[in-house]
Amino acid sequence: MNDNAVNNYVKEFQRLQVGLTCDYLADNRLDALNKFQNTGFPTQRMENWKYTDIRPITRKNFTITDRVLEQVNADFLIKARMHDIECHELVFINGIYSTELSSIKTLPDAVIIQDLANAGISQRQLVSEHITQYADPELYSFAALNTAFMNHGALIYVPADTVLNLPVNIIYLSGFNDKPAAIYPRNLIIMATNSGATVIENYIGFDNTDYFTNTVTEVSLQAGSRLQHCKIQQESLASCHIGNFHIHQAENSQLESLSVSLGGSLVRNDIHSQLQAEGATIIMNGLYLAGGRQHMDNHTRVDHQKPHTRSRENYRGVLNDHARGVFNGKVVVHKDAQKTDAEQSNANLLLSDDAEVDTKPELEIYADDVKCSHGATVGQLDKDMMFYLRTRALNEVTAKNLLTYAFTDEVTRHIKPPALRNYLEQLVINHMPVAGTSRELTA
Amino acid sequence: MLKIQNLHATVDNKKILKGVNLQVNAGEVHAIMGPNGSGKSSLANVLAGRDEYEVTEGSITYNGMDLLEMKPEQRACEGIFLAFQYPVEIPGVNNIYLLKAALNAIRAYRGESQLDAIEFLNLVREKVKLVNLEDDLLNRSVNEGFSGGEKKRNEIFQMAVLEPKLAILDETDSGLDIDALKTVAEGVNSLRSRDRAIILVTHYQRLLNYIVPDQVHVLSDGKIVKSGHRELALQLEEKGYDWVKQGAPAA
Repeated sequence: MNDNAVNNYVKEFQRLQVGLTCDYLADNRLDALNKFQNTGFPTQRMENWKYTDIRPITRKNFTITDRVLEQVNADFLIKARMHDIECHELVFINGIYSTELSSIKTLPDAVIIQDLANAGISQRQLVSEHITQYADPELYSFAALNTAFMNHGALIYVPADTVLNLPVNIIYLSGFNDKPAAIYPRNLIIMATNSGATVIENYIGFDNTDYFTNTVTEVSLQAGSRLQHCKIQQESLASCHIGNFHIHQAENSQLESLSVSLGGSLVRNDIHSQLQAEGATIIMNGLYLAGGRQHMDNHTRVDHQKPHTRSRENYRGVLNDHARGVFNGKVVVHKDAQKTDAEQSNANLLLSDDAEVDTKPELEIYADDVKCSHGATVGQLDKDMMFYLRTRALNEVTAKNLLTYAFTDEVTRHIKPPALRNYLEQLVINHMPVAGTSRELTA
Repeated sequence: MLKIQNLHATVDNKKILKGVNLQVNAGEVHAIMGPNGSGKSSLANVLAGRDEYEVTEGSITYNGMDLLEMKPEQRACEGIFLAFQYPVEIPGVNNIYLLKAALNAIRAYRGESQLDAIEFLNLVREKVKLVNLEDDLLNRSVNEGFSGGEKKRNEIFQMAVLEPKLAILDETDSGLDIDALKTVAEGVNSLRSRDRAIILVTHYQRLLNYIVPDQVHVLSDGKIVKSGHRELALQLEEKGYDWVKQGAPAA
């Protein structure tokens, strides 16, 4: 099965272990490699991977690139930048931190925003306390693989009672490689009591280059902290992207997550949040737009462990051509978690007869006084709406785009700040089946 | 302006129109009446170009063009407007911006310049008075959460802005209370002109008290079985549709 592929990564590990910079993480790496060797790559026999065949990843030999680029095409970087708003920017090229391209503005006292591989002695303690604590390597073997190779990534720490006014924009530019590259971004976000921040992860690939991004973001939300997290995945159409986003939430903490998937040939996103104390809230919004033969799989899991925890989920997908979508949203309400309030919805728009989606909401409830709801829909463009728009002089293509865009805008329209919303909406417009929808038509 | 000859149409292989003949000239208002299921709304939809209807026989000429060869959007650009019986709600599509796009698409088709935001807003302010539509409704999603009457008034408002050559009003009166009916009728009357033709599709004669037609046609079982002047509508009201169903073929 995938033993050969696993062995490739073990060899790669042996080749590199001297070369990875932050050696204080060596023990974590070795431990993760052992776990990964035990579990191997997931297969479709596993319920969680039933609809997603990862052989495009295991068939190839992706290696960490030694080529360190200091500069990239300026146009390419412009694509990744938010306009009309200042951000702290961390830029990684092929997974390697670029000091030259990154810019961190003046920060409030004790805030840390920097590359993980360059963590100072004083910061190592903090990193060691948190890293690998949130992403379970047994359940998520790609996260274990990432841990085995972790090196560069964003380290963000916001101390108690501090709110970052500017968003942090983490930009991963990939695809400047000669042979298929493996890229292992590792982000760690620690939000202390009553802190607040907005963090954007933006993955951008160069044209049709072949590479494999395996990314992990771990988050600790301490009491009363609030994080807005936005992941924008616009990787190369020839690449594979596996993302793990794992969160532990303390009392009255709030995470608002948005995941937008546009690029990649094989894409899998896992979000897993543990609501560990009363009043913890997670809001998960997602959008996936797939065409050609793209495969996009979104799995989310929320564990309501304590009473009065709340989760909201709204994912929407648009599938064109031969694209395939997978949605699986799992909500687990533990025995103690009375008064849990969970709502989940997944809506899909199929634009072609050959597109397909498998959607599966899952509720596991072990408490008896809870409010949980879920719903999933799969549909096509509404004929009555199409006819109405065409009698109002819009041609067929414009009408199609407009209705498709209106469908996606349900997810993106609530995003703040406006500069981020503008950025996202423009991206979505550029990914419409036929580009050129006028954005101002939407309500 | 419009000439329908021996029009036959089916939907889902079911014969709906079975030989309709009708001529409408510029400046005229024609009422098409008939019992439920007689094919009135189907005729309106065929004129606007709805895909689901298949024309199996006959022809429609509009200003010298073969209408059946034209897509719905092209018909709209050539000045045909359908006010829907059941205007659809379109979440996420802004009512007023859609109207601006519609107007500019029509203007572009005619080789006219695009209206900018201010010119368009002035036009909207002028036209919205005709139908008493609240500003709030202009900026909502198309028809979303509108009451029945608001949807119908929105249709007439769109018509007022787009200034069609041929307006087809499909049961615009249905579901309206008497005040709303008067408002809608005033809106329509203000649009009557020498170069514009209007087809009113209606079940009841009530609307014709407020919009006086030049001709009245009775459609029954997919054919026009009687044509006449306004008095025909009053007779119908008095005697019921059974009277024409049993009566003589069209004059």
